[in-house]
Amino acid sequence: MAQSAGSAASAAQYVSVPALLARNAKSFGAQAAYREKELGIWQSWSWAESAKEIEALALGLLTLGVSPGDHIAVIGRNRPYLYWSIVAAQSVGAVPVPLYQDAVGEEVAYVLDHCAARFIIAGDQEQVDKILDIQDRLEGLEHIVYLDQRGMRKYDHSRLTPFDKVQEAGRASGLEAELAERTAALDYDSTCVMLYTSGTTGRPKGVVLSNRNIIETSKNSAEFDRLKAGDEVLAYLPMAWVGDFIFSIGQAYWTGFCVNCPESAETVMHDLREIGPTYYFAPPRVFETQLTSVMIRMEDAGRFKRWIFQKFMDRAKTVGPKLLDRKPVGLMDRLMYRLGEFFVYGPLKNTLGLSRVRVGYTAGEAIGPEIFDFYRSLGINLKQLYGQTEASVFITQQKDDEVRPDTVGTPTPGVEIKIDDNGEVFYRSPGVFVEYFKNAESTAGTKDDEGWVATGDAGFLESDTGHLRIIDRAKDVGKMASGALFAPKYVENKLKFFPNILEAVVLGNGRDNCVAFINIDLTAVGNWAERNNIAYGGYQELSQHPQVRDTIREHVEEVNKSVAQDEMLNGCQIHRFLVLHKELDADDGELTRTRKVRRRIIEEKYDDLITALYDGSETVSTETEVTYEDGRKGSIKATLTLMDAATVPVQVKTLEAAE
Amino acid sequence: MLDQSQGYVTADGRQIGGVLMEMKDITLRFGGVTAIKDISFDIHEGEIRAIIGPNGAGKSSMLNVISGFYTPQEGEVWYKGAPRPAMKPYEVARMGVARTFQNIALFEGMTVLDNVMTGRLNHMKAGILAQAIWWGKARDEEIANREHVERVIDFLEIQSIRKTPVGRLPYGLKKRVELARALAAEPSLLLLDEPMAGMNVEEKEDMSRFILDVNDEFGTTIALIEHDMGVVMDLSDRVVVMDYGKKIGDGTPDEVRNDQTVIDAYLGVPQE
Repeated sequence: MAQSAGSAASAAQYVSVPALLARNAKSFGAQAAYREKELGIWQSWSWAESAKEIEALALGLLTLGVSPGDHIAVIGRNRPYLYWSIVAAQSVGAVPVPLYQDAVGEEVAYVLDHCAARFIIAGDQEQVDKILDIQDRLEGLEHIVYLDQRGMRKYDHSRLTPFDKVQEAGRASGLEAELAERTAALDYDSTCVMLYTSGTTGRPKGVVLSNRNIIETSKNSAEFDRLKAGDEVLAYLPMAWVGDFIFSIGQAYWTGFCVNCPESAETVMHDLREIGPTYYFAPPRVFETQLTSVMIRMEDAGRFKRWIFQKFMDRAKTVGPKLLDRKPVGLMDRLMYRLGEFFVYGPLKNTLGLSRVRVGYTAGEAIGPEIFDFYRSLGINLKQLYGQTEASVFITQQKDDEVRPDTVGTPTPGVEIKIDDNGEVFYRSPGVFVEYFKNAESTAGTKDDEGWVATGDAGFLESDTGHLRIIDRAKDVGKMASGALFAPKYVENKLKFFPNILEAVVLGNGRDNCVAFINIDLTAVGNWAERNNIAYGGYQELSQHPQVRDTIREHVEEVNKSVAQDEMLNGCQIHRFLVLHKELDADDGELTRTRKVRRRIIEEKYDDLITALYDGSETVSTETEVTYEDGRKGSIKATLTLMDAATVPVQVKTLEAAE
Repeated sequence: MLDQSQGYVTADGRQIGGVLMEMKDITLRFGGVTAIKDISFDIHEGEIRAIIGPNGAGKSSMLNVISGFYTPQEGEVWYKGAPRPAMKPYEVARMGVARTFQNIALFEGMTVLDNVMTGRLNHMKAGILAQAIWWGKARDEEIANREHVERVIDFLEIQSIRKTPVGRLPYGLKKRVELARALAAEPSLLLLDEPMAGMNVEEKEDMSRFILDVNDEFGTTIALIEHDMGVVMDLSDRVVVMDYGKKIGDGTPDEVRNDQTVIDAYLGVPQE
């Protein structure tokens, strides 16, 4: 059995990612470190080969004149070369700054300017074009290294160099001694990476994470789940996101497992199936989409197949989670589950690419209990974690046999948690970030002298189990005019658990009652429309179809019933709502790049709609500005019908009364 | 080799080579109907040449003459500096001319990969038997061809549908697969018969991008027929305008756009 080198060695021996690389090249030399599908074939690089590639690139960076402490931005889709770029940057004492590849020029300009990046390593022509468009504003920028040479031949190459040329120059440079010196100078407190938070409010902030933060966190979390060399992950989430950094760099280098990169963004699902990762992370949205597509395809299946599927899935729902939690299960149930594994669960997991998943995580948003249970009942060990960039991801995570859909688990080893008087969650851990770059004020406002960090989330620890439950963003929790507690996300999540609803925004802070904006899910509702012979020209038309509005009304009323059961939050029932004429979009600033709702911006932008919802009008005409993918702007006009929803009369409990 | 002294430089600064193909006084008749009447024009190496005209102007017939599908009754087609004798289309294909069709002509039941592989047919030398037992040279040959095909697939960004039967694809993607098959043949002259017909704006943008990229990356000479004036004027270096089988204009997009005969015949008389 492959023994994790991590558990044998103490963390202090390896004080930087390049040091871990050197260890891996020695201990797991021939094992695969990276794989990427290229031209239809999986290419792989062993740890020893990767170390060579990284060394060549690091030497190349030296020839370009990189100094210790320089910021090197990395932008592009997940590719081994770009992961090497990150480690190469660390090796020469520079700070890697991964950026979101789908960020528009304006966002990229802000970040590059803020960190005064001297060098950029870009994935392809698209990214280079984006940077060239804004280069006038970037005084610090000296050189761009690019990876994919397609379409780049005719560019002015005075400040542009292809990736392989940089490596070539590095190999010929003879600067090995200087590189070794630079790498040796790294210690536990030197900066490992700087990641910009997507920021639900205001400008993104550069979170500085040290080697200590990343390595300690990777060690603790990897041991928690017994990750080991030989595990496989698929790296398909944005490289600028802290989760990808921890999974694909931190834990991968600590344990020595293999990082697989998909061929392109469109082929992720194929590649997932071919690789069959053993350690897998996906945001709830991905699990939702997969489940929706499975269900749609099952509806198309023949009657017999549908019957088998139904029969075994019912069985799985009661037996599957128990088996995963190692609870006692009767012989008959075990037998039937085995049979189901052969006929239904096995093939289904294979189709989903989840056959080999030993540890699966979801986080970022609440996941619907039904969705969560569906995957667990198939025997997939799906768990939840709670984290943020400032914590190097892990704050809490669920233990293997303590998995529940409504909590986010117990503190990760090494993490302390406290809840303050207002219900806000605080934590302290070895993973706590060093500072916000060039923003001492925010740093002081987030992290106190003792190292406690405010999460900005309101929640509580369950007294009997010690599990953490998150209710909402602390700043979004408010009060209704009546004094009742207002927690929009709690209601929005309940709405979003319906497959027909993609996104919901609940409003009502300081008002008499709550109203909501709804985005329908075009896949689910579109499929329904097709089955019922309802023709539609696009999102806008389908969203305003009277039958769609009625269906959504039923969903809203069902949510109201469920909200009414909760003593604390029964004031948040939705009295009126409308189905939005456009999908909320990150390009329009309505969502963050990680698809979280930006409440303030939506409130300002759709002010007219909110007014109409509260003044009792039946319809409202509106015009909304939209931004297309290439940055051009346009506008769409629509007349929306406002809908009333039945609510359950309740005795509203005010905050004062509750205290 | 081609006479490079006839080359020119385009408005956007690209160097265009000598004459690759020349039509000399072509006349094509079907019984009593004269589809093409006494037309002459040339295609330079490395340029994007458009043929435009109203419906029934004889554009597709012209393309079929270039591809060798029709043999004109009068006139000569010169290719690489020598007159080209009457040939079967596959012989023309072997000389480095590939094309796409106005009504997609793919094998619907075959996967994208297999369809694109058919474009390599002229590069396969092994016999049927050797291919069937997949041994020795036949095997090496197929691997080399497959690699080339994968480059084309990568280039046109159709990796995600590599193994999908063509029949299941939407129209816009089928068009792209057809382009892939033509590209797989490594043509020196690529003929596109209405590459954007029936596409939405986004698909047209993608296709335009690919056409420009093909021309830019591989230096492929492209002759295309297209109805969408915006596309033609943006893409092409020079334009031939046909009307009722006759050539009524020839020049850069700007020249053609300002030519009164062309405006009257095709683009319409502006209302004052």
